[in-house]
Amino acid sequence: MADATIDTAGLPQGKARSLWADARRRFLRNRAAMASAVVLVLVLLFAAFGQYLNQWSNEEIDWEMLGMIPEIGGPSLSNGHYFGVDETGRDLFQRTVQGTRISLAVGIVGALIAVLVGTAYGAVAGYVGGRTDNVMMRFVDLMMSIPYMFVLILLLVIFSRSIVMLFVGIGLISWLDMARIARGQTLSIKNADYVEAARAIGVSGGTIIRRHIVPNLLGVIIVYATLLVPQMIIFESFISFLGLGVQEPSTSWGALINQGAANMRNGTPWMLGFPLFFFVVTLFALFFLGDGLRDALDPKDR
Amino acid sequence: MTSYILRRLLVAVPTLLALIVLSFLLMEFAPGSPFATERGIPEAVMANLEREYGLDRPLWERMATYVWSVVTQFDFGPSFTFPDRSVNDIIAQGFPVTLTYGFWSFVVAVVVGVTLGAVAAIKHNSALDYAAVGVTVGAQVLPNFVMAPILVLIFTLWLGWLPGGGWRGGQVEYVILPVIALSTSYMASIARITRSSMLDVLNAGFVRTARAKGLPAHRVILRHALKPALLPVVSYLGPAFVGMITGSVVIDVFFSTGGIGQFFVNAALARDYSVILGITILFGALTIFFNLLVDVAYAWIDPKIRY
Repeated sequence: MADATIDTAGLPQGKARSLWADARRRFLRNRAAMASAVVLVLVLLFAAFGQYLNQWSNEEIDWEMLGMIPEIGGPSLSNGHYFGVDETGRDLFQRTVQGTRISLAVGIVGALIAVLVGTAYGAVAGYVGGRTDNVMMRFVDLMMSIPYMFVLILLLVIFSRSIVMLFVGIGLISWLDMARIARGQTLSIKNADYVEAARAIGVSGGTIIRRHIVPNLLGVIIVYATLLVPQMIIFESFISFLGLGVQEPSTSWGALINQGAANMRNGTPWMLGFPLFFFVVTLFALFFLGDGLRDALDPKDR
Repeated sequence: MTSYILRRLLVAVPTLLALIVLSFLLMEFAPGSPFATERGIPEAVMANLEREYGLDRPLWERMATYVWSVVTQFDFGPSFTFPDRSVNDIIAQGFPVTLTYGFWSFVVAVVVGVTLGAVAAIKHNSALDYAAVGVTVGAQVLPNFVMAPILVLIFTLWLGWLPGGGWRGGQVEYVILPVIALSTSYMASIARITRSSMLDVLNAGFVRTARAKGLPAHRVILRHALKPALLPVVSYLGPAFVGMITGSVVIDVFFSTGGIGQFFVNAALARDYSVILGITILFGALTIFFNLLVDVAYAWIDPKIRY
């Protein structure tokens, strides 16, 4: 039987398209999602290289501006303060670069934790099933019924307000939804024939989860992780807006929006406008990107 | 039904107790004392203060007393930074304010959101539909702390129509901006959910049957389509409620309404632990109670759920 070959002459020629190639094609055709991807790349470049674009630093106070910020502190190309200065005379362009870095970092770290912890948790709960599943998911329910924003603020007050604590707090809650989604998907995957085949030839549970379950969860996870990033950014900005998140001299979009809002009665609308613009545009782009990925990766939704 | 409610209560009550105990223990880990000042306090005075507030007793005894008085008498103890006020006084002063605009925000979010979503679905692919989708997508990126400054900038600073803060006993013009700022993003989510589930329902067989037997369009929608279409909305009400409770903190602080959120943030900045604890527990209890209510409502509306 070694020389038995399948006759392919009558079949259509050409490379078979994988699920991922299909998804890429659909995504590239989605104009809103592609535009969002471009915007996000621009924001990332702004965060990465913005600090070299003018001669100011994010800490330096421009003494010539002090006392006259509403009159001469506005955006100007001639003195290098492209976005104007903030209420203490620091360059707002550089402050925005700094805030963008922190906000994006929070979003990405939060989503990463959710992906790692949530997927593992949900996949294990769904695959093992039975009582383990019940206990694990009841725990998630319990965590979700706690008003976490208040508990997080409690944590921030007790263990000092630091960026590390903020990451810990976000990590504590961001994985819950992901765990639920991963579990739901696992439940439908685990009865598939290929999983049964793997079990029949004696593959261990852990290996099945790693090699068969998780790769098949990826599409859903990627989509949901993209949608989690803006949620985490909103979450952090909320706390920083209240003055309970990142502390001076560090900053984030929420903290900058708060300062802008506190100063808008003084006739300095740029302090609110620029951080708000970056916040809104980035969130918009992330939501459209998530939608585009969902359309591309979710075969049900066509 | 009764047994379903009882079973849910069986989960809700321990959750609440766990929240109280957990928050209390967290507070215990807090470094430093709420009475510490820059210049330091003589030891005798400190000892007196600790006796006055019961801090000299062992942990388990204080915890038991605290949980007991919270559960049986709704007594959250004294404030650490305002010697003449208890946490209950602070809640009694701030809560009615937050409740007033919070209630209206919820009503606005649900009524406007459902109407917008339903109309968009009925007029699928019309200009109206696109406008509704545009509004909801836009509102998604405008959480309360972004809406609030934008609204004040436009309606207070530029147009001068409405006051940008204060409360004045809840006069209408003081309530409008907080309600809009708090409800916008939830209104958008509700509209989106209503629209997509309404679209599903309108394509379902039973709606086609209703149309085929010649019922007028409004009857098909109101009597047949709306109720099943609202099921996903009902299950979203829980998260929306939690979000609004949380968002009220921003509204209270930004509009200086004198609501409970303002006390919460001030207490957080001043490390007034008993006030933080009391408000956390109050909001936790509200959250848990409301989620229970939503679950029961869902089970009641959805004929497919067996309890």
